[in-house]
Amino acid sequence: MLVHTALDRAEQVARHWSAAGCPVVIHVDAHVPRKTYKAFAKALGNAPTVRFCQRHKCEWGTWGLVAGTLSASEMMLAEFDEVRHVYLSSGSCLPLRPVQELIDYLAARPQTDFIESATTSDVPWTVGGLSDERFTLRFPFSWKRHRYLFDKYVDLQRKVGFKRKIPNGIQPHMGSQWWCLTRQTLSAILEDPERDRYDAFFQKVWIPDESYFQTLARLYSGNIESRSLTLSKFDFQGKPHIFYDDHLQLLRRSDCFVARKIWPRANRLYDGFLRDPEGAIKMTEPNPAKIDRIFAKAVERRTRGRQGLYMQSRFPHEGFEHSITSGRYSVFQGFSDLFEDFEPWLAKATGTQVHGHLYSPERAEFAREQKVVNGALTDSPALRDYNPTAFLTNLIWNTRGERQCFQLGPADETAPIWFIAKDPNAQISVISGAWAVPLFKSNRNFADLRQEAARLQKLEAEQLKVLRSVWAKARLRIWTMAEFIEAPMEPLQSIIDEMGPHSLRRLTEAPKMADLSGFGQFLQNLKNQGMHPYLMGDFPVSPPGLNQPKSPRKPYLVQ
Amino acid sequence: MILGAATMRNEMVRLPFFLEHHRKLGVEHFLIVENASDDGTREFLADQPDVSLWSSKRSYKKSRFGLDWLTWLMIKHAHGHWCLTLDADEIMIYPYWDTRPLAALTGWLDGQGIEAFPAMMLDMYPKGPLGEQRYEPGQDPTEILSWFDSGNYVIQRQMPMENLWIQGGVRARCFFERKPRRAPTLNKVPLVKWNRRYVYVNSTHGILPRRLNRMYDREGGEFASGILLHTKFLDTVIEKSKEELERREHFANSALYDDYYKTLIAQPDLWCERSSRYLGWRQLEAMGLMSRGTWL
Repeated sequence: MLVHTALDRAEQVARHWSAAGCPVVIHVDAHVPRKTYKAFAKALGNAPTVRFCQRHKCEWGTWGLVAGTLSASEMMLAEFDEVRHVYLSSGSCLPLRPVQELIDYLAARPQTDFIESATTSDVPWTVGGLSDERFTLRFPFSWKRHRYLFDKYVDLQRKVGFKRKIPNGIQPHMGSQWWCLTRQTLSAILEDPERDRYDAFFQKVWIPDESYFQTLARLYSGNIESRSLTLSKFDFQGKPHIFYDDHLQLLRRSDCFVARKIWPRANRLYDGFLRDPEGAIKMTEPNPAKIDRIFAKAVERRTRGRQGLYMQSRFPHEGFEHSITSGRYSVFQGFSDLFEDFEPWLAKATGTQVHGHLYSPERAEFAREQKVVNGALTDSPALRDYNPTAFLTNLIWNTRGERQCFQLGPADETAPIWFIAKDPNAQISVISGAWAVPLFKSNRNFADLRQEAARLQKLEAEQLKVLRSVWAKARLRIWTMAEFIEAPMEPLQSIIDEMGPHSLRRLTEAPKMADLSGFGQFLQNLKNQGMHPYLMGDFPVSPPGLNQPKSPRKPYLVQ
Repeated sequence: MILGAATMRNEMVRLPFFLEHHRKLGVEHFLIVENASDDGTREFLADQPDVSLWSSKRSYKKSRFGLDWLTWLMIKHAHGHWCLTLDADEIMIYPYWDTRPLAALTGWLDGQGIEAFPAMMLDMYPKGPLGEQRYEPGQDPTEILSWFDSGNYVIQRQMPMENLWIQGGVRARCFFERKPRRAPTLNKVPLVKWNRRYVYVNSTHGILPRRLNRMYDREGGEFASGILLHTKFLDTVIEKSKEELERREHFANSALYDDYYKTLIAQPDLWCERSSRYLGWRQLEAMGLMSRGTWL
């Protein structure tokens, strides 16, 4: 047992092992003050099968840990003849199952060495970016205390092509430092005539505690089971996860024999697992898979986070991640101008939330005239315009799982058009020039209309430029109004198909198009006043079929 | 040792729960500056075995809202300790706070080499007109202030301190609809492994050196963070607002807040049909108001 802190817990666990019939040899880090060490040793004085071995200075990633392990192993094999398996543990390890179950488990596998041991090329866990080079470079500087020198020295060695020679052509292996080896294998390593050479080599390897035994066991073991019996999870920086009281159930269900690291003050864990066993002895295999999954998720949360979430501990650089919102949404420009009942029609056809102009100058036109929506997001234009992108990311985040659609128009000047254009989650459909339809229908003075038309055309032209920029990542469709009205059902169908599986049926009902008789003439009048509307495409002054008097269109069926 | 630090004035109503909650989290000693209280706050604090109390009758405003007093005390006494700096109307919570004491969090932060832990202020409010439900000292304030706004916060990154500036929530929605820029700042860095060279700049909203403000991931991941449940809207807020109107001792521009206090005195109902009922930290974590980071 390697111990350097929380000695009271180490004592407790050592007693537990020893009481169950397992002799314990403890290595106490030489950094621990003499007085503390003495008190600790004295406290365990009455445990007959607990011993203390020679102390070495242990610093993370250095030889001291291996030296300590070697001393402890030698003492264990020399003083306790009956020992068949030696289990390397630490002061913050906690046995999760009755010790007898572990004894039985090992007795049933008398020749098996449990040691995670993989060649460097086969493992992804090389935090710090060093794998092979752990063995071929020199590391005179502490990674923890002198990171700068450590890195520079590595760079220098790479540059000059320095390489250490690996003795006897052994094949370096790495793995968890917590192993369980048979007397046979362990004594073979300890008594190897070449051991001095190996020790000299590994003394200068980086993190030798993850490679010394892992490599040498390969020379002697006839039966390596390459896994650790100790449940030990590491975060993405290679730091061990710590287990707390609330992990009790999780640890129980894992069926692992030993777990680390345990928070020293996790009283429920120590009390719960160090009790005398009750109930029948189980012979189940350890099953860390469930814990693995949960911890893999945690790594993802830390490195990738929840997409589209902006909060106090997640605020990505602009453009740093693929999706800047948390879900897909659809933006329609011109549709509610061209079709009289577009919003209710879309809601019915797709079952999504269909808002009006969210960025209308008057207010955010939420679906069904709501004044406030999920997350207490209000329709106040001042609050919205204070941070228009946050308004959108909030809306999309607050309604996770429910697709949002909204209308956009050239008059919605505060809409974060760049942001939307760059968002791959946005599906943008534009019928350009359709803003002219409400003008055409309105009962305003022509001079005002002309001015408004000029303004809107300018604004929309700007918007289209953004949408068509090379940086745009949204799914974009743009039609001129003239194009669109020639065959409106086809584009509508493809937009809706793209929105999701729930609408994989043919549209049967079309939205009701505004009556456009006289629209061509209206555009011509604008032209005659010197304002040339071009965004809607070409409308003949009196196209056949459009300009003829007829009753207003009714919804029609598409065969 | 984990320390608590606060400046307060007339907080007799909130103090019992405030102390009890943070003691339970594992704050071992409190450094408190009391400013001209006349409701028994001073006497109550003087009686507490784990409170070191300083009193001042000087101007709160001139001491940069108590921060100068506190900074000096922290230079003298908090060096090398994790220190939780709070207002009396803030209840600190963080992921797993109900099963893991602060020492578990600070130990983990130490292991990660992180020196500060951010927590956004979450304005809690009652349903119904303000001041209608009476709060008893010692009571859990979230029994009355059970509601909050979950998704209307806006964030910008501020230079040169590189802190996030978070605004929004119920106060922006109800009081600053017209002037959102004036809405209160919600970002805070309340828990810091203190060094005598550090200094809070503006309440605990910002801190120097500025790397301590950079407690958010910029590359898409999530750091761990907590929440300060803000209990401003207890029934006492009505009296306090009247007082503040007279005292005019609030931050930066006192006149600016007159309207705000006047609205408060009129006992508005802050609740709306999209308010969220507080269910605990797991809910706040799922909503993305706080994060576990990799602390599982």
